[in-house]
Amino acid sequence: MNLLSFLKVRQTAPLARERLQLIIAHERAEVGRSQLVDILREEILAVIAKHIAIDRDKVQVRVEQGQEVSTLDLDIELPVNFNAKKAA
Amino acid sequence: MSKVLVVTSGKGGVGKTTTTAALGAAIAQSGSSVCVVDFDVGLRNLDLVMGAERRVVYDLINVVCGDAKLSQAVIRDKRLPNLHLLPASQTRDKDALTDAGVARVMDELRQKFDWVICDSPAGIERGATLAMRHADVAVVVTNPEVSSVRDSDRIIGLLDSKTIKAEKGETLDKHLILTRYDAARAARGDMLKVEDVLEILSLPLLAIIPDSQEVLRASNVGCPVTLNNPLSAPARAYADAVRRLQGETVPMSVLSDRRSFLERSFLDKFFARRAA
Repeated sequence: MNLLSFLKVRQTAPLARERLQLIIAHERAEVGRSQLVDILREEILAVIAKHIAIDRDKVQVRVEQGQEVSTLDLDIELPVNFNAKKAA
Repeated sequence: MSKVLVVTSGKGGVGKTTTTAALGAAIAQSGSSVCVVDFDVGLRNLDLVMGAERRVVYDLINVVCGDAKLSQAVIRDKRLPNLHLLPASQTRDKDALTDAGVARVMDELRQKFDWVICDSPAGIERGATLAMRHADVAVVVTNPEVSSVRDSDRIIGLLDSKTIKAEKGETLDKHLILTRYDAARAARGDMLKVEDVLEILSLPLLAIIPDSQEVLRASNVGCPVTLNNPLSAPARAYADAVRRLQGETVPMSVLSDRRSFLERSFLDKFFARRAA
């Protein structure tokens, strides 16, 4: 290693810092979103369960993050005779 | 009023076990009774770092399952009479650690000791969440290195959601211990600085443990670094950390037991050239 190339060696810590800030901000948002989905799922389940006997596994809650819009996707499979409980 | 402290990190190999042993010994030296508990089932090492590996008869899982009494499993340190170790199991499966069983053992430990220090396994799986579950205080151990800092951020998220304190809406006391820090490399811009790590993780700093050969020396002989060479830089840094944990205000500095930067860089370059 000659003197010239020694002087050219860049500091690497600033890049580490920048990369970390980006990835951690991204991951915190991700974790926050998955916690939100859990909360939504539980609350939606509770509301529906007040009126209809449903299978917990038949309720899907998804949040899709797009460039322009984000969507909340609910997929709830009702039992065949879901009106029965109400009628009884 | 006893305290449960978890030493955690997410990433492996950053110094959790070293930190557990060093803090445990330093707290015991200050007069409180301490039990260090190894939660790393299947990969126990706290016994080895404490120099008690040949004295293990019963372990945490035996106590959790009710096969042994706590008093039978706890090993009293030969150097400090108020320092104790509850080893992890080396053979049993970690699924044997039930939530209720661990809760019962933690209750019993709280009654017997002033401080219970839980050495968490690496990762974010069940072993790690069980180790932090009952904590009042958390010490996050981080190296100034990207993968360690990222994993610490994940662990902080778990501390804020999976502990009993967090679930009750109470705040868990969280601290950062930065280990393997090399002030000279940080000054040259080759290592994240203390301030960088603090800014990213936003935790209060409990100690900066300098990168030091004393840590390896201490584990070689099975003695917490705070006991093995109390005057060494890492030992003094851990001792300061304990004073801070106990409420004292101690000024923070990067301790060092190395040659000066100038001496070192000249000599290192000289020898590096000779070796090349």
